[in-house]
Amino acid sequence: MEERKLKTSNVILQSMTKVLLFLIMIFSIYIFFAGHYTPGGGFVGGLLTSGAILLLLLAYDLQTVRNILPVNFLYMVAVGLVFAIGTGVGSLIFDKPFLTHAFGDIHVPILGELHLHTATLFDLGVYLVVVGVTMSIIQTIGGDDE
Amino acid sequence: MIEIANIIIVLFIILGAFFHLIAALGVLRLPDVYTRNHAASKAATLGVLCILLATFFYFYFHESEFNTRVLLCIVFMFLTAPVAGHLLGRAAYHHGVKMEGSKVDEYEEYIKVKKSNEPKKYEAYKKKLEKNL
Repeated sequence: MEERKLKTSNVILQSMTKVLLFLIMIFSIYIFFAGHYTPGGGFVGGLLTSGAILLLLLAYDLQTVRNILPVNFLYMVAVGLVFAIGTGVGSLIFDKPFLTHAFGDIHVPILGELHLHTATLFDLGVYLVVVGVTMSIIQTIGGDDE
Repeated sequence: MIEIANIIIVLFIILGAFFHLIAALGVLRLPDVYTRNHAASKAATLGVLCILLATFFYFYFHESEFNTRVLLCIVFMFLTAPVAGHLLGRAAYHHGVKMEGSKVDEYEEYIKVKKSNEPKKYEAYKKKLEKNL
């Protein structure tokens, strides 16, 4: 076959990505926060977020996505692990066993009464680790021409 | 009220399953990539939308639960499935798949003009297209 040029601008895919990216991101955040009472949680939410970034990678190229999201995903993994360990160590301060979680109804000025749980912070750690690991795998495999 | 809702739900599910059957038959019976893609992406999308709408109505009338996720899924399917079909057809064309039984290929000429990198030729081609319209 003659010179095959696959890297052409596809307007339909790119403009659809601009709409769908927000839909998937909002849904992933919803899945993350709904994890306590309904199916979902940090793992699925993180995978959905990395799926949204992957769609961006498919529609544009690697350098564009790096310009849009100037995040070192390995640092993201480290921050997620710090969150996970931090919630565990936090219980040691109150003279409780490691990873004992606490919850309570707290009055927040604008949002009103909220039922907050420290397991959400642990879940945030899982979320950051999942996004960081999947995105660094994909970026490492995808960017082998550099 | 609940009887009418049941009739609507059953109608939508049957319609959706019917569209899925049509899509599957189309994929089996049609001769090449483009016509199969045409059958699968259109009929299957409509089938999925019908079944999701029936699901939404079921949960709304029987469990009185307004399930936003199903509505979001309808919007999402409606937006993504045609784009996926477009990308499949485009990839097949750029890999040299010809349409069966068709002698006209206007896109080929466009690609040839575009690849030659001559602005004059492109302008002339555009004028010709506009005249044909």
